[in-house]
Amino acid sequence: MGAAARRWLLIAIPYLWLLIFFLVPFFLVFKISFSQTNIAIPPYLPVFEWTDGFAVWMEKLRQLSLDNYLWLTQDPLYFNAYLSSLKIAFISTVLALAIGYPLAYGMARAPAHWRPLLVMLVILPFWTSFLIRVYAWIGILRREGLLNQFLQWLGVIDQPLTIINTDIAVYIGIVYSYLPFMVLPLYAALERMDESLIEAAQDLGCTRLAAFWKITFPLSLPGIVAGCMLVFIPAVGEFVIPDLLGGSDTLMIGRTLWVEFFSNRDWPVASAVATLLLLILVVPIVIFQYYQARTREADTR
Amino acid sequence: MNRHWSGFNIVSVVVGFAFLYIPIILLIIYSFNASRLVTVWAGFSTQWYGEMLRNQALLDAAWVTLRVALVSATAATLLGTLAAVVLVRITRFRGRLLFSGMVFAPLVMPEVITGLSLLLLFIAMNLDRTIFTVMLAHTTFSMCFVAVVVQSRLVTFDRSLEEAAQDLGCTPLKAFLTVTLPVIAPAVIAGWMLAFTLSLDDLVIASFTSGSGATTLPMRIYSQVRLGVTPEINAVCTVLIALVTTAVIIASVINKRSMVQRERAEQLARAG
Repeated sequence: MGAAARRWLLIAIPYLWLLIFFLVPFFLVFKISFSQTNIAIPPYLPVFEWTDGFAVWMEKLRQLSLDNYLWLTQDPLYFNAYLSSLKIAFISTVLALAIGYPLAYGMARAPAHWRPLLVMLVILPFWTSFLIRVYAWIGILRREGLLNQFLQWLGVIDQPLTIINTDIAVYIGIVYSYLPFMVLPLYAALERMDESLIEAAQDLGCTRLAAFWKITFPLSLPGIVAGCMLVFIPAVGEFVIPDLLGGSDTLMIGRTLWVEFFSNRDWPVASAVATLLLLILVVPIVIFQYYQARTREADTR
Repeated sequence: MNRHWSGFNIVSVVVGFAFLYIPIILLIIYSFNASRLVTVWAGFSTQWYGEMLRNQALLDAAWVTLRVALVSATAATLLGTLAAVVLVRITRFRGRLLFSGMVFAPLVMPEVITGLSLLLLFIAMNLDRTIFTVMLAHTTFSMCFVAVVVQSRLVTFDRSLEEAAQDLGCTPLKAFLTVTLPVIAPAVIAGWMLAFTLSLDDLVIASFTSGSGATTLPMRIYSQVRLGVTPEINAVCTVLIALVTTAVIIASVINKRSMVQRERAEQLARAG
């Protein structure tokens, strides 16, 4: 086998796999979001057959309808779900940054021989099940749960607080589950920072806080962007956390999609919800990829 | 380098880790609770582990999950390593931008979208939803995680070693297998383990892509959790946590030992 053929084969295997199982499915979602409910309900066959001629394709294109998207605009439920997902994801991201930054900073300042262990301890929860970690919070946040028992024992509160089934429980769940995603890129950025820059700034008369704002913070910006995107993007479409910790009032678009699909069995509307969600996420994903590419360049240089 | 580990730093690290670990530790403690009420402590007991072992539906689900995870992690490691090699070694080809986009996008894609889109694909392909479709789905999203892990290791690999092997008569494949692969092996193993745990863990994508005969453990846990918290589920979760933690610790020990051995071998080579 020649070098060119080998090269071609090497590229083709993962490329084709991703095309078939990642990219093509999105086109199917997109296509079905334009179908009418009666032709798309299971058991359903693809509206488009690959063997169809051009004329048949055109005929079928004419059958495509915007009904599902109109439906989404008519029921305020969907608009509110998108808005509330963005809000919940945004607040959770800010909270994760507020907790994750000091943690990553502390880790990066830890004695060198401790750092691998600390990184390992951040990664370990990531290996343990996401579902289990969310589930663990149910026992803590319930009205008769451990947190309320503890606070009552301390004497801070007389009556148990209602935390579970509120948005606050969802914030806690998201921050908790995605914290490693925030900490690791931040740590990577802070750890490789040249300490002498801070010393130089302090020598030149900066206070420690000013040195932090003028040097550490800007230099850690790629880590901040990567961490925030890694938390924000999946949080917008989150299903498990709002379903287990949130109440019936907690509207999130991932959960709406799930209900639309599994309970209402309305596949075209579920596809339309997914298409819009994807459109909303395109901008954050592009930002994330841009910064990823830039950090990779910086690494290889 | 004068790194200053101040009191503030120590406090933020301790608080951060307490937040990360207290829920898991509480879950483990309460799996040994004698009471059926999850939040009332009534003495030490292992009865829930017994209940768990008698629950046939749970054991069946665990067996399905294990098979899915083994197959999909292995397939994902092969595909992901290939993808990493392409990303690092072949810097110019038509469609590279699309390729790298497809490798990185699944890392952040909301699971409901991935799940829904794969389901629609399987239906368009006329594939019945079985354990096999879950394996295909898991392979796809975990190969991207493997690719990222292996890529970061491959970037630092000195390519001249492989070229030297080829000059000495190795075929490119043999040079890769005998020179490069042992060096990047820790990353490949880490990638496999990551793919394995991602597969063990996945609820959303499995729910979309599995048929009636293929209920995975997370799907079973989820449906049981929705009915209410039971200590039996705490026991299942504790077993899973113990398994994964042990695996991670063993892997890191092996990794460290192989690094020490390699350093020794290098020192010997220099001395000799």
